[in-house]
Amino acid sequence: MTPLRVSIAAAVAAAVLLLVVFELIRSRRLRERYALLWLLTGVVLLVLALWRDGLNTIAGWFGVTEYPPAILFAIATLFILLVLLHYSTVISRLADQNTLLAQRLALLEAELREKRS
Amino acid sequence: MSEAVVPAPARAASPPVALRRVAIVPARNEADAVGGVIDEIRAFDPGYEIVVVDDASTDRTGAIAAARGAHVVRLPFNLGIGGAVQTGFKYALEHGFELAVRLDGDGQHDPAQLDRLLEPVLRGEADIAVGSRFAGTASYRPPLARRLGIRLFARVVSLLVRQRVTDTTSGFQALNRRAIVLFAADYPHDYPEVEATVMLFKHRLRLVEVPVTMRERAGGTSSITALRSVYYMVKVLLALFVAIFRRRAVPLDER
Repeated sequence: MTPLRVSIAAAVAAAVLLLVVFELIRSRRLRERYALLWLLTGVVLLVLALWRDGLNTIAGWFGVTEYPPAILFAIATLFILLVLLHYSTVISRLADQNTLLAQRLALLEAELREKRS
Repeated sequence: MSEAVVPAPARAASPPVALRRVAIVPARNEADAVGGVIDEIRAFDPGYEIVVVDDASTDRTGAIAAARGAHVVRLPFNLGIGGAVQTGFKYALEHGFELAVRLDGDGQHDPAQLDRLLEPVLRGEADIAVGSRFAGTASYRPPLARRLGIRLFARVVSLLVRQRVTDTTSGFQALNRRAIVLFAADYPHDYPEVEATVMLFKHRLRLVEVPVTMRERAGGTSSITALRSVYYMVKVLLALFVAIFRRRAVPLDER
């Protein structure tokens, strides 16, 4: 069975995460589309922290009987990996767009320079 | 410069082309070499518009090229060889050029050999002709590590495109409009020629290798160091593997 203090700590951590993400969106430092995965992470962790029987059941599915909170860590890790992977795709897209803009700028600049002279 | 004197056969051998043609010269910190390259292209055929893609050089590469009458497209920051060359292809596409040649700004590609390169393209037998240091009689021997890398790529690419390719890292090329359209739309990043060969195959463009000899660099330093080559090798192999499963950048029926 999950120790009560672990559940409380996990719930608090998840709640803090949700609050921080919410505040970042509110103050426009984080766009909604990039916040979604974080919010999902926070919600899933919060639910699993509070719903103690559920965590035990899920742990049972994976054969984790000694220490169910291990599943909490596993799921948190999985979500962090998802977020990182998502960011890698975002960075790649930005890099592509950056290249495109640099090329376009250079071509337009060359054209402008030749028109002027 | 002594190269300004053209050997008569070189010009006589190139067919009377009326095509609008452009020479794309990517250059990064090649102030010592780029002027000579421009002069030599002029000497080979004054009908070429020359566009120097200055990949954010910190020296006077762009200014020198402009002073010699080349069109200079200056990138605001370093994009690497792939991004720079693609800028040249975009220039060629947007200004309606039907024929493009590509020579590196460091002077290792000899414009006097362009007619050989142009031949298969002008005869309509190839969409792109690539100067190979290893095809035919060429006797180029790079350092061991590079040679192994080049060989490995040649093997892998040859398998993928079902055609023998010997020099997949050569940037000495002649291209027709079809190839310009493709590369303007999509071009790989570093060591782009390897992946580009696979792209050509997927788009059913015809590639022909032509034996050429390349010169020592006229100035500047090569962008390739030992550690980097390992990194690029792994990266390009990954890119090659993925390229097989990729959709076409330009639909086949658009030509």
